[in-house]
Amino acid sequence: MSKNIKLMQGNEAVAEGAVIAGCDFFAGYPITPSSEVAEILSSKLPKIGKVFLQMEDEIAAMGAILGAALGGAKVITATSGPGMSLKQENIGYASMCEIPCVIVNVMRGGPSTGLPTLPAQGDVMQAKWGTHGDHAVIAITPSSVNESLYETIRAFNLAIKYRTPVIILTDEIIGHMREKVVIPDKSEVEVLDIKLPDVPPEKYNPYNYTSGKVTPLAPMGEGYRYHVTGLIHGETGFPSQKTDVIQNAQNWLIDKIYKNIKDIEKFEEFQTDDADILIVAYGSTSRSSRQAISVARAAGIKVGMFRPITIWPFPEEQISNLSKKIKKVLVVEMNMGQIILEVQRAACGSKVYGLHIVNGEPITPDQIFAKIKEVSEN
Amino acid sequence: MSERIEFRFSGSGGQGLILAGIILADAAAIYENKNAVQTQSYGPEARGGSSKSEVIISDDPIEYPKATKVNYMVSLTQEAFNKYINDVKDDGIVIVDKELVTDFSKAKGKLYVLDMVKSAREELGKLLGLNIISLGVLVEISGIVSHDSIEKALLKRVPKGFEDYNKKALEIGFRLAKEVKK
Repeated sequence: MSKNIKLMQGNEAVAEGAVIAGCDFFAGYPITPSSEVAEILSSKLPKIGKVFLQMEDEIAAMGAILGAALGGAKVITATSGPGMSLKQENIGYASMCEIPCVIVNVMRGGPSTGLPTLPAQGDVMQAKWGTHGDHAVIAITPSSVNESLYETIRAFNLAIKYRTPVIILTDEIIGHMREKVVIPDKSEVEVLDIKLPDVPPEKYNPYNYTSGKVTPLAPMGEGYRYHVTGLIHGETGFPSQKTDVIQNAQNWLIDKIYKNIKDIEKFEEFQTDDADILIVAYGSTSRSSRQAISVARAAGIKVGMFRPITIWPFPEEQISNLSKKIKKVLVVEMNMGQIILEVQRAACGSKVYGLHIVNGEPITPDQIFAKIKEVSEN
Repeated sequence: MSERIEFRFSGSGGQGLILAGIILADAAAIYENKNAVQTQSYGPEARGGSSKSEVIISDDPIEYPKATKVNYMVSLTQEAFNKYINDVKDDGIVIVDKELVTDFSKAKGKLYVLDMVKSAREELGKLLGLNIISLGVLVEISGIVSHDSIEKALLKRVPKGFEDYNKKALEIGFRLAKEVKK
């Protein structure tokens, strides 16, 4: 038995992934079902000379990680339900000021305090539009404990590469379930380091809206002096109300994500080659779907699945291409209908059905199989 | 073994049933190199309320992580017995304590009624460890993992200084199960 195989929880895998990614700083406020991320990092980070900080609430924790990131730290916070709502204003600040950070949202039932201990997938649209104003975001939906670990490492890399908040959107089932994980050594995974700008301080602008390249964020204290504000700013960082600056800044926030979608996207196709019905599912719901697919295939119904791993930006192109050959699409999600709206937009050649069950219990393979039968007879 | 086998520990919050599930999953996944997934379900309260801890063990990859057709269920409260018995398969096995579960009007599957509380009281001196006794019973009856594997997984997860106490609890479980299996 190798030392690096462990039975661990999804939340623990996120914490483990953060450490491997070189996380320097966690700030947060514990809330079910995300608390284990904080609990485990509170033990791990101080032992390796890194910082764990419990703040007075979730928005303060969000502010704390942004401050630390401006100081050059790799940062993460974790929350759930109402905690994610509280963080939104500062997530917008991170978008506007282009500060790399990772935010874990272990989804539970809502709105408000909702169902603290029970699963849901109701925060998918919030991940995209939770903070006000036009912006793009990266969000990732792991569906296993193993994937939680690796996707956390990828989240740190994407945050640094694109200077953006990256949201890891798991749910109570993935966060709390335990599975076997092979923990990689740091040398086995790609980890992006924070780099100093390649220009001297006197030539440094913290923003660049037109070159198409993401300017490295110079850590405060390294001699690079610049202004940081949530107001729309020019490339020097100082506020501006000039129409061309505003438009350039706005374009850049969207373009830096969408023009690099090939680098950011990640998905899995499962038995789509000969499928007559395509399931679109993510996170824990994709596991129920996969089991339902084997039951359906045994019953002679050819079903496949498209599983977004990067859910924002949404993989429109893949859905669009699949919908050209698979004429029935079934979206399975533990909410009243969120990603189905994106699928309907992308899969314009197909009929789109939805299975939306939100009752505190996971959607079961039996429920999905029943819906598959209904769709196949339709 | 390639089929999916589903285990469910049920009782009230604070009885240590989630830990029992973790130890079983650990024994199967780490010490016997099987696929195992452990999940839990509990209410918002820290103590009390019905809670369950489930373990799926299979040689094949496990997709849906929750139990729906339960092969083995342990119940340590009447409420949990009534609430969770429905998913037990017709040929499933249900293990309960003689003092804690007395109403069998909803019973399903094959029932084992054991003196777990009485043995804990008499041999351990307290009820702490009832979860581990029930784990011992479950392992002995199901034969899902070896005694050696479950003991290793147990010792990894119990606090220092309580190793012997827990080992004793596990062995009480093995013995009670052997007695009823006869």
